[in-house]
Amino acid sequence: MLLEVRDLHAHLQTRWGLVKAVDGVSFSIETGETLGLVGESGSGKSMTALSLLRLLPSPAGRIVRGQVLLEGEDLVTKSEREMRHVRGRKISMILQDPQTSLNPVFNVGNQLVEALRAHGARGRAMLRKRAEDALRSVKVAAPADRLRAFPHQMSGGMKQRVVGAISIASEPKLLIADEPTTALDVTIQLQYLMLLKDVQARMGLGMLFITHDFGIVARMCDRVAVMYAGRIVETGPVRALFKAPQHPYTQALMASVPRMEGRVTRLPSIEGQPPALHRLPAGCRFAPRCRYAEERCRAQYPSTFAVGGRHEAACWRAELSRT
Amino acid sequence: MAINAAPAVELEVVEERQRRDLGRLPWTSLVIIAVLVVVAVFAPLIATHSPTEQSLPDKLKPPAWQEGGGREHLLGTDMLGRDLFSRLVYGARVSLTVAAFALLSGGLIGLAVGIVAGYSGGKTDAFLMRVVDATLTFPTILIALLLAVSLGAGLRTIVIAITVIIWARFARVVRGEVLGVKTRDFVSLARVHGCSHVRIMAIHILPNVMNTFMVLLTLHIGFVIIVEASLSFLGAGIPPPTPSWGQMVADGRSHIASAWWLAALPGIAIMLVVLAFNLFGDWLRDWLDPRLRQV
Repeated sequence: MLLEVRDLHAHLQTRWGLVKAVDGVSFSIETGETLGLVGESGSGKSMTALSLLRLLPSPAGRIVRGQVLLEGEDLVTKSEREMRHVRGRKISMILQDPQTSLNPVFNVGNQLVEALRAHGARGRAMLRKRAEDALRSVKVAAPADRLRAFPHQMSGGMKQRVVGAISIASEPKLLIADEPTTALDVTIQLQYLMLLKDVQARMGLGMLFITHDFGIVARMCDRVAVMYAGRIVETGPVRALFKAPQHPYTQALMASVPRMEGRVTRLPSIEGQPPALHRLPAGCRFAPRCRYAEERCRAQYPSTFAVGGRHEAACWRAELSRT
Repeated sequence: MAINAAPAVELEVVEERQRRDLGRLPWTSLVIIAVLVVVAVFAPLIATHSPTEQSLPDKLKPPAWQEGGGREHLLGTDMLGRDLFSRLVYGARVSLTVAAFALLSGGLIGLAVGIVAGYSGGKTDAFLMRVVDATLTFPTILIALLLAVSLGAGLRTIVIAITVIIWARFARVVRGEVLGVKTRDFVSLARVHGCSHVRIMAIHILPNVMNTFMVLLTLHIGFVIIVEASLSFLGAGIPPPTPSWGQMVADGRSHIASAWWLAALPGIAIMLVVLAFNLFGDWLRDWLDPRLRQV
């Protein structure tokens, strides 16, 4: 097991009070596997990712409880100095916006060399060659020329590929991709996803893929975890989960993906709003919006039930379907 | 294919930009600045007389082009018969020396404080910025006068006084810039890649605020020269007989009706130099603006 997150709780102190951004999240990723983390804005996806790196906004954010085991070592208890070695070398990250992901005052070569040097590579010629290789590995044409280019001279897709090259330059074990294609042109998105998949296969990376796009999940991921209001409500292999989503939230989410075939007069949506994270309901967090909600749902948070091979859902209805 | 073709197009754009920029260089201010620097560096070669040598028989001679003026004293003489042209030439040295030292020390302190405050945020930021506010609430000349009185007049005092005044201005502007830079993703990614805070400030933040810093520097040269002139004018600056433009204006003030050139010529010199540096600063700001770069 490459990464195992156990009962992770991360809290943020805001002016509205204590926000339980990550509230008991558990999941695991194996070497070479991609886990998709799906959920709407504010469901705690990005906070979960930042918790893994121990980069929660300081001093407001703090991991309260739980374990993050990377190759068996608990990252939560590591010192800041030890974490600096983990960041970049073992876990790396790609962010959403390629426009601001590169430092505008340095050319691409400098930034790549910086990353390679942090990983311990030495020697001018050697570094240059490694940087060129890194660009070639993300399919940048004419890499030798591109090393001298500045970020503002490149397109968004090109920049995001360079960001990718930088984050894998140190040969990490785990790559966190936080909506890496959201800011890209639709025509470039697919190209970039295929590239990521290719790199992942070549390097045997474990990947945590954060997105809100089920289409991308279907293409990229082996397993999916659906997050709602700080908790994972359903997790399972992509195929099983897409075929038979068990949690009403997952079902509603999938139903609201617009179908391209046929005419629709109204796009389906989920009634109501997600709960405010500083005033969570006592029972199931989705109960106020759930059309199956009963008395028990409002009183008690549902346990997690296995509904198939590695497929679990946190819903009382899943208990019924099992028996 | 399109990707391969791209660099050629960009090169043309770059060359085009360089050509355009050369045409728009602020030639007037560059010439004035160049003349100032040359004059200051080669003062002994350019001056026709010693700036401090008195000659009472020659006192209050008007400039050469006026009735009663002679070829001997190009811009006339002051009430002690010292050659005005030579005094202006040596005065340029004082102005530039003060500007260089004061800007360097004040600017660097301000840069460091601004980066630390902006990047750290929270209590550190609040504390440092209150100190900046406190510094800025004191009237400039008052601080300088206080320091001049307590430390004794001289070049060193002026440099310290101006440093105390300008560091806060630098710190405030740099901090604002850092606040913008630090929210960009490459700073977060640097953290993700394992950079320490110090390293991020030095390698990622600093180069991104250098543009602003350079512009601040040039825009403050004029300010510093004026403060130095004001202090010398008030008698808290460079002690006589070393010539300083501000002091020359002060000395000439009482003779303004009879010998206009004594106050007017150093005044014009101050104005030209400050104007030149400000124009250059404006041009530099436009030229370094990343938004114009991205065109």
